[in-house]
Amino acid sequence: MLELIVISTLNGVLFGMLLFLLSSGLTVIFSMMGVLNFAHASFYMLGAFFGFQLTKWIGFWPAFVMAPLLVGGIGMTVERYGLRNTHKHGHVAELLLTFGLAFAIEEIVSMIWGKSPVDYRVPALLDFPAFTVFSTNYPAYKMFMLGVSVLIFVALLLMLKRTRVGLIVQAALTHPHMVGHLGHNVGRLFMVVFGVGSALAGLAGVIAGPALVTQSDMAASLGPILFVVIVFGGLGSLPGAFIASLVIGLVQTFAVALNGSLASVFGPLDPWWEPSALADIWNVTIAQVAPIIPYLLLVIILIVRPMGLMGTRES
Amino acid sequence: MRRLILAVALIAPMLGHAARAEDTVKIGYIDPLSGGGASVGEGGLKTFQYLADELNAKGGILGRKIEIVPFDNKTNPQESLVQAQKAIDAGVRYITQGNGSSVGLALEDFVTKYNTRNPGKEVLYFNYAAVDPAMTNEKCSYWHFRWDASSDIKMEALTNYIKDIASIKKVYLINQDYSFGQSVRSDARKMLSAKRPDIQIVGDELHPLLKVTDFSPYIAKIKASGADSVVTGNWGQDIALLLKAAADAGLKVNWYTYYAGGAGGPTAIKQTGLDHQVFQLTEGFANSGNQTAMDYEKAFRAKVNMSLWYPRAVNEMRMFKAAAEKANSIDPVKVAAALEDLKFDVLDGGTGVMRKDDHQFFQPIYISSFGKLAANEPFDEENTGWGWHLVAKVDTSKAMVSTTCKMTRP
Repeated sequence: MLELIVISTLNGVLFGMLLFLLSSGLTVIFSMMGVLNFAHASFYMLGAFFGFQLTKWIGFWPAFVMAPLLVGGIGMTVERYGLRNTHKHGHVAELLLTFGLAFAIEEIVSMIWGKSPVDYRVPALLDFPAFTVFSTNYPAYKMFMLGVSVLIFVALLLMLKRTRVGLIVQAALTHPHMVGHLGHNVGRLFMVVFGVGSALAGLAGVIAGPALVTQSDMAASLGPILFVVIVFGGLGSLPGAFIASLVIGLVQTFAVALNGSLASVFGPLDPWWEPSALADIWNVTIAQVAPIIPYLLLVIILIVRPMGLMGTRES
Repeated sequence: MRRLILAVALIAPMLGHAARAEDTVKIGYIDPLSGGGASVGEGGLKTFQYLADELNAKGGILGRKIEIVPFDNKTNPQESLVQAQKAIDAGVRYITQGNGSSVGLALEDFVTKYNTRNPGKEVLYFNYAAVDPAMTNEKCSYWHFRWDASSDIKMEALTNYIKDIASIKKVYLINQDYSFGQSVRSDARKMLSAKRPDIQIVGDELHPLLKVTDFSPYIAKIKASGADSVVTGNWGQDIALLLKAAADAGLKVNWYTYYAGGAGGPTAIKQTGLDHQVFQLTEGFANSGNQTAMDYEKAFRAKVNMSLWYPRAVNEMRMFKAAAEKANSIDPVKVAAALEDLKFDVLDGGTGVMRKDDHQFFQPIYISSFGKLAANEPFDEENTGWGWHLVAKVDTSKAMVSTTCKMTRP
């Protein structure tokens, strides 16, 4: 039992940190530009596929640096030539642009790399068990993922709170016009923030690709949960996104580990109810409903605290 | 006069077409050619086209050429019915389909109703991969023939193999939460408790279909349960990710699977490094050791550039030819009658039979494991350098199940 708890905690924190890498960029972009970037998870997918392709050509470590930069570049291009032009038509146009972009990227990826998973492997240098808890191995690669995510979190926090650039970004989050009047180039700031956000998603893709399966539907499967994270944590709040990522990572992991059901708490159902739909509800285990728990959390937080955990304004 | 010329010009091509249609046997291939199932659907289409070319090179069926006509159903039951109607309008009397039991059940129902309403224009449905037992039990139809082993036959074969392996003591079941996964789970429970009452089922998991991105929480649970073997009907990314998470955690158990050999599966197993610890159940495989089948595999790979996923498709087409020749007709009604109880030597060796009671084909089932290749095993999968190795052959007599089918015959 203790083994299950330790492993589940590690897995939960790891999944949470991966979510954070993605949601940090998304939440900053959202609060700054007012646009929910539907293509964010697609940048994550692009990162994974670039990582795969570059690893094949020049090895994992150069790819680890290059792929996020490439994705960041694409992100900046999208902002500069796409979003900035649609901005004057309002948020709906911007939203539709990112929405269409998500589909376009998915189609392009499946045209180039096909629809089945590609063989993206953990680099040999990190392909060993880091340590053994009881008798379960914990892969070094997962520790590496954890390390990179923590590093990025610290770097982001320091940059936002301790540097001049961070100060301007924070100001632009709430008062973009004022920042513009003070002589800062808000357009360029938006572009850079969008680029950095995309690059972070790309980085998440590069490191998650070998650990999960790299295929053309990976964006669609991760996208919805990102929105849960940023709404749950509070829009625009980095610490909020951090906490929400960890909470959702842990909740989902532990829910899977639990076998409890209504039947195990209140005893078996009266046989009279057996053929009814109630029997299904009675016997379903927490593990079976694990994937919907984040969405349930989303609904609850929107009812109880619409601005999210650490959010400052209602969206 | 001009009008006459026009009429002739319009009608003549039609006549020519009608004459040509008489010479060909059209088989409507209704499977996904776009969307998530496209990679599998395209593989199936290439296989059937290869088989048609092969038969045509040897003179076709009763002197008629075979033509495979593809229809894209997007793995959607509703769309499949539209495509089936389109196929029939184009002169198709034989439909073949495989991906998805939901589609299979819809087509079976459609064909049955169509044949009742259109006597003299009967259509047959040849099923090469939809394995829901319901299709040959409570929902069985005279117009449906299945060449793949249904999921309960596979479980029967697997449990007959497990029965004799004393080292298996604790089994964990993990399956996808929908009709197929649930039938694997209940069959496994029923058959294991009948054949090996000493085996403990230490876990019985249902997870959402194609939605889980990281299986490590499930693996931690399997580990905690102390299982020595896992039985799963998972397919697609659900089997690939499951195996990947197992290898990462260093979980040392044996995996008994239905579909580890599907697209992407071999790549995932190679990544995991689980050498000969992942087993699959099929009606044939590349390294089966049968010389005819291996020569066939070699020729197939050389031309189509993929491995032969569906030895059952070979059996299907060859039996179609045999039945038509036996009936001396390509009329679906006569072919259906000739197929009943037809015995046939399958591609990978041994005799199978198309049972009259439910139109399920019974054949030898192979249990194979995936790993490093021995000297006499020439075929790897997905360029991994690893391939399937024969573990056990379950004879036709040991891969039989009873049926509840009460067939309405014409």
